[in-house]
Amino acid sequence: MAIAADALPAPASRRTLRMTLAGVFGPLGQVFIFVVGSAIVLSVITVLVAFLLRGTRTNVDLVQATLTILPQVIVDGLVRGFLFATIALGYTMVYGVLEFINFAHGEIFMVGAFSGAALGTVFAASGILNALPPLLFVLIAVIVGMVISGTLAVTIERIAYRPLRNAPRLVPLISAIGVSLLLQDGMRLIANVTGLGFNARFPTPNFGPPLQLAQIPAADGRTIPLILDVRALIFIVAATLMLIGLNYLVNATKLGTAIRAVAQDRPTASLMGINVNQIIALTFLIGGALGGAAGVLFGIRVGTVNPYIGFLPGLKAFTAAVLGGIGNIPGAMVGGIVLGFLEAFVASYLSLLTGGAFSGASYADIVAFAILILILIFRPSGLLGEAVAQKV
Amino acid sequence: MRYQSGKWLLTTFLIGALAACAPAAPAAPTAAPAAPTAAPEPTAAPTAAPAEPTATMAPAAPAMSGKIKIATQSPLSGPQAALGTGIRNGADLGLQDMGKMLTDMGFEVELAPFDDQAKPEVGAANAKNIASDPDILCIVGHLNSGVALASLPTYKDNSLAMVSPANTNPKITESGYQNAFRVVGRDDVQGAVGEEFARTEMQIKSVYIIHDKTDYGQGVAEFFRQQAEKNGIQVLGFEGTEEKSNFESILTPIQAANPDLIYFGGIYDQAGPLFRQARDRGITAKFLGPDGLDSPELLKLAGDAVKGMYYTSVAAPVSQFPDAAKFAEDYKAKFNEDAPPFSAQAYDAMGICIRAIAQAAEKAGGKPSREQVVQAIRDAGEYKGITGAYTFNAKGDPVTSTYFVLQVSDKDGEPGEVWNANAVVKKLDIPAP
Repeated sequence: MAIAADALPAPASRRTLRMTLAGVFGPLGQVFIFVVGSAIVLSVITVLVAFLLRGTRTNVDLVQATLTILPQVIVDGLVRGFLFATIALGYTMVYGVLEFINFAHGEIFMVGAFSGAALGTVFAASGILNALPPLLFVLIAVIVGMVISGTLAVTIERIAYRPLRNAPRLVPLISAIGVSLLLQDGMRLIANVTGLGFNARFPTPNFGPPLQLAQIPAADGRTIPLILDVRALIFIVAATLMLIGLNYLVNATKLGTAIRAVAQDRPTASLMGINVNQIIALTFLIGGALGGAAGVLFGIRVGTVNPYIGFLPGLKAFTAAVLGGIGNIPGAMVGGIVLGFLEAFVASYLSLLTGGAFSGASYADIVAFAILILILIFRPSGLLGEAVAQKV
Repeated sequence: MRYQSGKWLLTTFLIGALAACAPAAPAAPTAAPAAPTAAPEPTAAPTAAPAEPTATMAPAAPAMSGKIKIATQSPLSGPQAALGTGIRNGADLGLQDMGKMLTDMGFEVELAPFDDQAKPEVGAANAKNIASDPDILCIVGHLNSGVALASLPTYKDNSLAMVSPANTNPKITESGYQNAFRVVGRDDVQGAVGEEFARTEMQIKSVYIIHDKTDYGQGVAEFFRQQAEKNGIQVLGFEGTEEKSNFESILTPIQAANPDLIYFGGIYDQAGPLFRQARDRGITAKFLGPDGLDSPELLKLAGDAVKGMYYTSVAAPVSQFPDAAKFAEDYKAKFNEDAPPFSAQAYDAMGICIRAIAQAAEKAGGKPSREQVVQAIRDAGEYKGITGAYTFNAKGDPVTSTYFVLQVSDKDGEPGEVWNANAVVKKLDIPAP
C-alpha cells in the first residue's frame, strides 16, 4: 500500500467528495497511463526492429506482417496482464501489511479456479447450466470462489503464519512454500477422489462467439479479425472493478485507515485501539478473495484447470508485484500489465523476427524476464516505487 | 578490538557448541554409516552393487524357488495418469493370466508398480529403487520417452530388461542400450506416416507445427517437419511450449499465418485446451497429432473442437485387435472401465517379460540373473501376443510395426464411449528402419 504520512487523507468526517474520488480513481488513471504507454513503447520498438530486419527476409514483408497482428498482440497482452495483475494484488496487500511474501497465494488462486470448476460441473450435472444467463453464472461462480479462497487464506494465516509472526523472517517464508506444496498436492488428491480429474473441465454456459473488433487486412489480401473473447472482456472489467473497490476500501474507509495504520506501525496501531490480528486476518481475507475471483475468471476463460495452474502465474504475479513496486496497489496492476505485454510481444514476435530460429513461445520467459531485470536495475524500487512505511 | 573480541567470542561459542554435540551418543552412529555410502560413489558403477546379490543368490537357491517381481513404471498420478494407469493395469492382467508359467516352476511372482509421474527425474529415481531390489528382473514401461531415456542408464548399469509398451522415440533403441525393447513403432516412421496422410488424403498445403518440448513431442514434430519440408508442404511455423492452459500468444501468429493444418507433437493434456482455444478463436485449420493424443481425455478437454479430427498412432483401440477381445472384457470386469490405449501393449510386454524369465530360469536351473533375462528376450524369437507377433531386431525394435491413422468419432456421449468408436482410417505395416 502506498503509504506516506502526507498522503494520509484527512479524517473521514472532513473528507470531501473530490478527495474521495481522487483517492479512488487517481490510481486508476495512473494504471491507464502505464497501459497505454507501455503498449505504445513496445509497439514502436517491435516495429522498429522489424523495419531494421526487413532486409534479412525476402519471402515476407516483415513490417507488414508485424503490423497485421499488432492489435491482436496488444489485446492478448492486456488480457494476460490483467491476470497477473489480479493475482499480484493479493501478494502486494499482504506484503504491504506484513512485509511477508505469501508464496501460497498462487495456490489460493488455483483453489478458486477449482471451486468454480466444481460449481460448473455440479450445475452441468443438474442440467441448469445452459439455462443460466452467462453473467449470472460468472457472478455466482466468482462469489463462491471468493468465499472459499478467502476463507482458505484466513485459515492458512491463522494456522501457518500467525504462530510464526515473531520468528525470523525466513521462517514464515519457508512455511508459505510448504503450504503452497501442500495445497497443490492436496488439491490433486481431492480432484482425483471427487472425480473432477487432474485436468478438470470448467463447464460454463455458452458465451457466444468472440467479439470481432475490427478486420485487419493481411499481406495476401485476406483480412484477419481482431478478436476479443467475451470471457476475456469480463476478466478485464472485473479486474478493473476489483482495483477500484480495493482502492476505495484502503483509501477512503475507516477500515482502510486501520489497515494502513497496521502497515505503518503495528505496535502503535495496537495502542490506538486497532485489533492488529483482526486487521491482518482481514488483509488475508481480501487478498485471498481477490485471488479466488481471479482464479474463477481465469478458469472460465481457459476452460480447463489443474492443480498446478497456480504455480507459474503466482510466481509471475509476484514478479509483477515487485516490478510495480511491492506493497503498492496500483503498482501491482501496472507491473502485471507490463509483464503481460512483454510476454505477449515476445511470444508472438520472436519467431517471426528471427525467421523461425527461436521459438517465441519457448523463449518468452527468458526475454520477458531479462527486460524485467533491466527495468529493476534502473528502478530498483519498481515502476511506481515501493511503499515506504515511514516509521517515526 | 571490539570486533576481534566478538570474533573470538563467536569462535569459542562455536567450538563449545561442537564440543557439546560431540559426546552426545547418537552423533557417532549417524556419522558412521555416512562413510561407507559415500565410498562406492567414485567407483565406476555404484549401482551395479545391488545386482551382485542376485547373481550370487541364484546358485544359493538350488530348486526353482524364490520371489520374482516384475516392475511397471508409468504415470499413475498427474495429468497423464489416464494412460499410465492403463499400462499398470494391463501388466497386472498379464501377470494374472500368464504368471502361471512361473508359479508352476515354483516361483512366487509379484507386480511392483511404480509411479513415474511423467517426470524424468522421478522415473530416474524410481529406476534406482528398482535396481536395488534384487527380485525385480524385468520392467514394463514407460509411457513417456523422455522418462524412459532418463531411467535407461540405470537399467543398463544393472542389466535390467525394459520392455516398453508405449515409447516411440527412436533414441530408446538407437542409443545402444542392449536391454531396451519395445512392442510399438517409432516416431521417425510415425511422423512420416502422419505427413504422408496429411499431404495425400487431407490435401494439406501448409502446416503450423507446435510441440511440447519433451523428447517425445519435439521428436515426432521434428520428423513431421523434415518430411513436410522434403515433400513440399509449407511449414509456416515451428513452436515449442510448456504452457498448459493459456495459448493466446501462440494462437495469434497462427491466426495470421492461416495454415491448412495445425500439427501438435505432444500429449492430450496440452492438446485439449490448445485445440479448443483455437476453435474458440475462429481458427478453422484442421488438426493432426501423434499417439500422445490417443486418450478420451482429449475429448473431455477439447469437446467438439476435436470431433472428426485425425491422429496417427502406434497403438489402435483395443477393439482393433481380434485376439484382444478377451483382454478387453477382463479389463472392464476387473478395473471397471474400458481398456485405454497401450494397456493391451502392456499386457504383451508383460508376456514377453514372463516368457523370457521362464526360459532363462530353465536354462539357469534356478532363479535367473538379470543378464540372463535380457539375453533370453534377445534369443527368444517370435512372441505371439494379443496385439500382434513381435520379433526383436538387434536394436530392440520389433522387426515390423503397425501404424494407424485414426479419426475421432463425431458421436455424442461419454468421452470414453465416443473414443472407443474412433475409426481406423488407415493401417500400415512398416519394417523398422
